[in-house]
Amino acid sequence: MTDRLKYPHRGRGLDHTWFRHAPTIQRPQISWPGGERIALWITVPVEFFPLDAPAQPFRPLGAPPSVYPDLWNYSSRDYGLRIGIYRIIRVLDAFGLRASAAVNAEIAVRYPRIIDEIAKRRWEFVANGQDMGHVHHGALAVEDERELIRTARTTLMNACGSPVSGWHSPGRSHSGNTLTLLAEQGFTYVTDWANDDMPYSVTTPSGQLCAMPLTYEWSDRHLLVQHNLTVDDYVEHTLRAFDRLNSEAERYRSGRILSLSITPWIMGYPHRIAALRHLLSHILNKGSVWPATGNEVVAMFTKRATIETQP
Amino acid sequence: MLRDPCRYEYLPLIDRPKIQWPKAARVAFWVCPNIEFYELNPPDGQGRPIWPRPKPDTLNYSLRDYGNRSGVWRVMEALESFGIRASVSLNAAMCDHMPEIVDACVQLKWELFSHGIYNTRLIYGMSEDEVRQVIGDSLETIKRQSGQTVVGWLAPALSTTETFFDLLPEFGIKYAIDMVPDDQPIPIKVRSGRLITVPYSTEINDVRVMGYRGYSADSWAAMVKAAFDQLYEEGKDNGMVLCMPLHPFVVGHPHRISALHDVLQHVTSRSDVWLATGREIADWYYEHHYDDFVNHRAAARADRT
Repeated sequence: MTDRLKYPHRGRGLDHTWFRHAPTIQRPQISWPGGERIALWITVPVEFFPLDAPAQPFRPLGAPPSVYPDLWNYSSRDYGLRIGIYRIIRVLDAFGLRASAAVNAEIAVRYPRIIDEIAKRRWEFVANGQDMGHVHHGALAVEDERELIRTARTTLMNACGSPVSGWHSPGRSHSGNTLTLLAEQGFTYVTDWANDDMPYSVTTPSGQLCAMPLTYEWSDRHLLVQHNLTVDDYVEHTLRAFDRLNSEAERYRSGRILSLSITPWIMGYPHRIAALRHLLSHILNKGSVWPATGNEVVAMFTKRATIETQP
Repeated sequence: MLRDPCRYEYLPLIDRPKIQWPKAARVAFWVCPNIEFYELNPPDGQGRPIWPRPKPDTLNYSLRDYGNRSGVWRVMEALESFGIRASVSLNAAMCDHMPEIVDACVQLKWELFSHGIYNTRLIYGMSEDEVRQVIGDSLETIKRQSGQTVVGWLAPALSTTETFFDLLPEFGIKYAIDMVPDDQPIPIKVRSGRLITVPYSTEINDVRVMGYRGYSADSWAAMVKAAFDQLYEEGKDNGMVLCMPLHPFVVGHPHRISALHDVLQHVTSRSDVWLATGREIADWYYEHHYDDFVNHRAAARADRT
């Protein structure tokens, strides 16, 4: 009980040492190529949800939640890999857009066809853990987690034949060691913390990472699955975010990022895909937009950070 | 355990004295941004789990941290542009962690009231002396950073004990918003001194409506506007209170902030609205209505016997 009246971290800044508290609106300005106001960063999660995904420590959104064998939910997720992702690819192709694909390593083993299609389009590959049945969490032994990350990264790199610098945890979940292990294994950016509109630097005992603002709040999985909103609401919310970020980019004379997370087993259905086309067409026609992958945004952020630290 | 809170008596709107707000306003409208600090690794054993995922729940921690990095500045801008001084439900540890946010509130002439120390430190099961430590610490901390003498209280994360209301007047607290049974202030029975509720809201609270229930930003705005219109109508001859609780980590997102502007536009376009803070509503009520209510309640009780 008395523990509740002891406050070991009560002092200036945050209660951990991963990064500093820094209000978004007070950061140094950043310019995107061509002086565009908005970096449009599209992420496509490519996920394998095992039929036997464990209930503990928790099930990430989408993991079959019913009694084993939950064929309905398993096959609804699998729809994304058979049909949905190809619809999304067609839409992005039509606009000439490349995405960052956050790919479970298990996809490389079970669905190499998808890897080929993504590689052919020069999308970015982001490591997305082993599969959706392997979440990173506090009780994971550091050696086991190191191996999980190492395997996920090498499996994906071997399959796609290109470097992988970004990490997305299944279910966006971390242990207290995840950030350190990611830096140790050569990742340069991480997409799991949802506390900012802009990138910021993370410091670990193994080196620096860039935290990238992958949207959670206006992602399709949050609005359409967790909140049961309609796809029209999804489009409306995203366009409002776009308008607001656009006006802030003007006001603060600094680029902003519109992150879209387009999930094959959610947005890839025939009743939703037209909304994606509508959304992208609106953004690209209306805006001052730099379409970019995650590593391209990180490169700009790192360049700026380097310039700032020069004497 | 108690069968009811034993803190107020049944006195329905139709049986009580009428409230007259300053300048004959129909509705006292007050806005409560909850400015909160959630710890990454709070102590266990607090009566209910703090985070939904195993520690460290970096995702949910980061979703709340968004309010302090990005959201709060949008909320401040919105309220300022409509001339609204907010009443902040403040985790006192924000004074230690992010004093610049507290300073900005003071600059805007916002009222600060106590929301305990951290939103990850619940008061469930605490002894009275432990609760006193929380109250006293929070008031001293806020006073030190802002110069304000706090007179309002909302327990952290809506945690409660049977007797914490009795302790608040010892510290000069005049109003507590931990119960939501009414659209007008009502006296709270306490061991000594005086205490009242000022209406807060769990119904139109952004975190409940858009956060937990998943309503769209426009649906939330429509709810708040409908509540306002109804109270405005009812307030023609009996003053009402509407509280709009906000959480910068919910409403402060770029896809939702325009809905807040929409609500504020609607409310401020009407005359006969008192844009007040919690302290101002409480002070007015004590000065003009508290005795009325207490006497009326006593008379009603005598009538029945």
